[in-house]
Amino acid sequence: MNAPFEGIGASVRRKEDLRFISGRGNYTDDINRPNQTYAVFRRSDRPHANIVSIDTSAAKSAPGVVAVYTAEDLAAIGGLPCGWQIHSKDGSPMAEPKHPVLAEGKVRHVGDPIAVVIAETKQQARDAAELIEIDLKDLPATATVTDALKSGAAQIHDNAPGNVCYDWHIGDKEATEAAFAKAAKIVKLDLENNRLVPNAMEPRVAIGDYDRHTSDYTLFTTSQNPHVIRLLMGAFVLGLPEHKLRVVAPDVGGGFGSKIYHYAEEATVTWAAGKLGRPVKWTADRTESFMSDAHGRDHVSTAEMALDAQGNFLALRVNTLANMGAYLSTFAPAVPTYLYATLLAGTYRTPVIYAEVKAVFTNTVPVDAYRGAGRPEATFLLERLVDTICHDTGFDPVAIRLQNFIPKDAFPYQTPVALQYDSGDYFTTMEVAMKNADYAGFPARKAAAAAKGKLRGIGISTYLEACGIAPSAVVGSLGARAGLYEVANIRVHPTGSVSVFTGTHSHGQGHETTLAQLVTSQLGVPFSQVEIVHGDTNRIPFGMGTYGSRSLAVGGTAMVKAMDKIIAKGKKIAAHLLEASVDDIEFADGSFKVAGTDRAKSLSEIALTAYVPHNYPITEIEPGLDETAFYDPANFTFPGGCHVCEVEIDPETGVTSIVNFTAVDDVGRVINPMIVEGQVQGGVAQGIGQALLEHAVYDSNAQLLSGSFMDYTMPRADNLTNISVATENTLCTHNPLGVKGCGEVGAIGSPPAVMNAVISALKDYGVRHMNMPASPEKIWGIINAGRKAAE
Amino acid sequence: MYDFGYTKPSSLADAVAALAGDDEAKALAGGQTLIPVLKQRLNKPTKVVDLSKLGLSGITVTGDSVTIGAMTNHATVAASADVKRAIPALAALAGGIGDIQVRNRGTIGGSLANNDPSACYPSAVLALGATITTNKRSISADDYFQGMFTTALDAGEVITSVSFPVPAKAAYIKFKNPASRYAMVGVFVANGPKGVRVAVTGAGQGGVFRHTAAEAALSKSWSPASLDGVSIPADGMNSDIHASAPYRAHLVGVVTKRAVTAAG
Repeated sequence: MNAPFEGIGASVRRKEDLRFISGRGNYTDDINRPNQTYAVFRRSDRPHANIVSIDTSAAKSAPGVVAVYTAEDLAAIGGLPCGWQIHSKDGSPMAEPKHPVLAEGKVRHVGDPIAVVIAETKQQARDAAELIEIDLKDLPATATVTDALKSGAAQIHDNAPGNVCYDWHIGDKEATEAAFAKAAKIVKLDLENNRLVPNAMEPRVAIGDYDRHTSDYTLFTTSQNPHVIRLLMGAFVLGLPEHKLRVVAPDVGGGFGSKIYHYAEEATVTWAAGKLGRPVKWTADRTESFMSDAHGRDHVSTAEMALDAQGNFLALRVNTLANMGAYLSTFAPAVPTYLYATLLAGTYRTPVIYAEVKAVFTNTVPVDAYRGAGRPEATFLLERLVDTICHDTGFDPVAIRLQNFIPKDAFPYQTPVALQYDSGDYFTTMEVAMKNADYAGFPARKAAAAAKGKLRGIGISTYLEACGIAPSAVVGSLGARAGLYEVANIRVHPTGSVSVFTGTHSHGQGHETTLAQLVTSQLGVPFSQVEIVHGDTNRIPFGMGTYGSRSLAVGGTAMVKAMDKIIAKGKKIAAHLLEASVDDIEFADGSFKVAGTDRAKSLSEIALTAYVPHNYPITEIEPGLDETAFYDPANFTFPGGCHVCEVEIDPETGVTSIVNFTAVDDVGRVINPMIVEGQVQGGVAQGIGQALLEHAVYDSNAQLLSGSFMDYTMPRADNLTNISVATENTLCTHNPLGVKGCGEVGAIGSPPAVMNAVISALKDYGVRHMNMPASPEKIWGIINAGRKAAE
Repeated sequence: MYDFGYTKPSSLADAVAALAGDDEAKALAGGQTLIPVLKQRLNKPTKVVDLSKLGLSGITVTGDSVTIGAMTNHATVAASADVKRAIPALAALAGGIGDIQVRNRGTIGGSLANNDPSACYPSAVLALGATITTNKRSISADDYFQGMFTTALDAGEVITSVSFPVPAKAAYIKFKNPASRYAMVGVFVANGPKGVRVAVTGAGQGGVFRHTAAEAALSKSWSPASLDGVSIPADGMNSDIHASAPYRAHLVGVVTKRAVTAAG
């Protein structure tokens, strides 16, 4: 019987799921160390205040308390570093105020940690945390970028005048203004991208451990990139060399970006473990997650398109205010600049673009990359702008997109905002999406809905995203303080099974399956004989982790490169054993063969020879079959596609139901179609969440009103519909697999498709634009006002 | 949670005695509100008196009434063939509370004693004109609800059962808060022995209330159309990040009409 095909292109079932769905996962909170203590943070309940005094004496003498620490105790360690430096228009570096591990002198957002109690039990730590007496003197606070920029607004950091972090721009201002000057029509749109709370299913957890005999530190943490945490925390916060600090990120229950960053709790528990000589464990509760996990989005923008009389896009001008929150999180400055403004060409051949981005501090939780990171904001802006152009001018939304798409034969395509797209075909993804969505049949469905008293609308969005981050030289020139290559170590064991040590990290993506499929295809090793190891700095040479849909494009390519080395070495061994020239050895289907003969050696025979080198070219090559590759990509990858959403609105209540959702994406070569479908569906679910449901709401005093699931609306099954997913792929031209990435496309393409559909459904009520989320009350307000206007 | 004492008495008299004279003692029914509140340290009771062994569960249906023991959980009410036959709207209401876990723990007595302004049961009790029986008396629905989280219960008084007169027609429609899925506006309409009654939960600042304008219109003619032109002022409606008072007032109209349609 032939073995089932389990290589590239097979929908192999996820091997990790057995342990996940049977409760056998090993998450950070499942880890307990001997003699462990428990940390509870006392956080600010005020958005902005001077710390007048902190009295920890009662807490210190409470039962079971091992230690209570405040910023004073941490004076010798550094602040949390930012991984990216943006320069303003005038060439000055961004304002980069210190992000202390525990608040120093001042609190700047609700949730800002002030003190930590470490006790024998979590209950005792909680009890004692309540006994800390903190005298805060309130300062005026601001939650929104517009408020924070007003003259006279409270200064959040002394070294960020006017609360401005940077004032940056990209593109050709003069050429853009010249194009606007001769435009037949200018369409302008003000829009906001709503602030979101990531809400991974697993809250953040960190356990610090210290071995006093070896002076080795270990941090177990819910991270998407353990090596990055080791680097940031070791080098910049605690001053620990890499060989004395191990960071383990075991099974992680979702990240969506929020677990990329180095957080205060990680540094605190690691430092305290060393100080106390005992393990220290911290587990966030959900309320804490809402006020301490980095939030996402939160842009306020103005977009203007200059058009000629035929509807050709002549120039795009964008002004964006980006909320950074109270401190700079690890990636934060890059999100509204190099992950956003560089994407403003989208799928269109707009010849000139100029964008200005001002990053602003507010008294809110820090904002950083969240699934899509900048690209959903760019796509929402562009695709809402295109539909608004149609609203204002009468152009057809399909025709105007087709007319302005980058032509199929224009690749590689240099945009006016730095990126060079290697491949893509926006015509085909749109054509197939419209066919799959039965776009042509919409008028009949709209009429049928109207007969039932429902308002039906259809919306299209097309998108282009840049992922597979990123070429180190490019990001370095843009302000990144790290490289963004990836690392793979392929170890062929003596009997031919394979362990892969990857610097990427799986926190739901299914890497243990997908990456094993690469080995099965390239080395011909059965899928069951491949193990993927990730998430431990002591086991993996190095790595930059998983985010920005980079694991396959960058991490997978590193594996390919390492496997190339395995094959090259195997050929030498095979040539020796088969008494042939290396040049005559071919490798295919797990077998080294002398070309044109049936003389062959299997990979496992070669591996055994490599580890038992009795008959071996020992003077030419070393024993063993274990190769490592570092791969730095030549460019970003550029997935794109088209999403079509159809909604029905109940005009009496304003409730929107998604009735059809069709995604057709170009993700490059697909390794596992089932996993791609799941990734796209999950991303679309999050995008629908952003469009209709989710909103992190602060009141005017910067108190978080949507601070729990009682008020923050997560998408649930009954908010969704069956999501039709298909791919129409063009291959990436600069990585050997031709892969682009699929992790973020769903969350990027879907929000404008939903909003365009909602606005299309409300066409008769005079609505031109509405900000997300399209809540029932907002829609009812539009309908009500529209009705009153009509009366 | 904070430390507290715990007792699980096996007689009503013992339970009442355990609660007597201690304002900080809390009765535990299904715990679907109390336990989360304790976990969030929002309440610090001296002791928790668990009512689960008092024999207060069970459903009795006679020709003209449905009596539900205070400790009967929502899933039991929802699944009861007798309740479905006698007052299908009540079974449907119970089957729509929370999720399956909540319905298997939460109880009618707990819901009514707590009187959360967004709870479902108070609307059925008020619209059907039910009678609440406690360890010491019977209280009519009209006397029982006294504002959000406030009832006619004395300190230490324990609900033992609730008796619903069987109506000719009734229905409950809930417009859920999109996040919490509690009732943002829930309307129970009934046409029965106590007359035409419309009770609204989730919407009012003072908790469940009767929509008297709708009752007057429906008393004249029981039909959705008779509610045309009936409105309710936004004053006194709740307002939050999900729904303003005017939107809630509007929804009361929409949901009432749908409930009448559903009741047939």
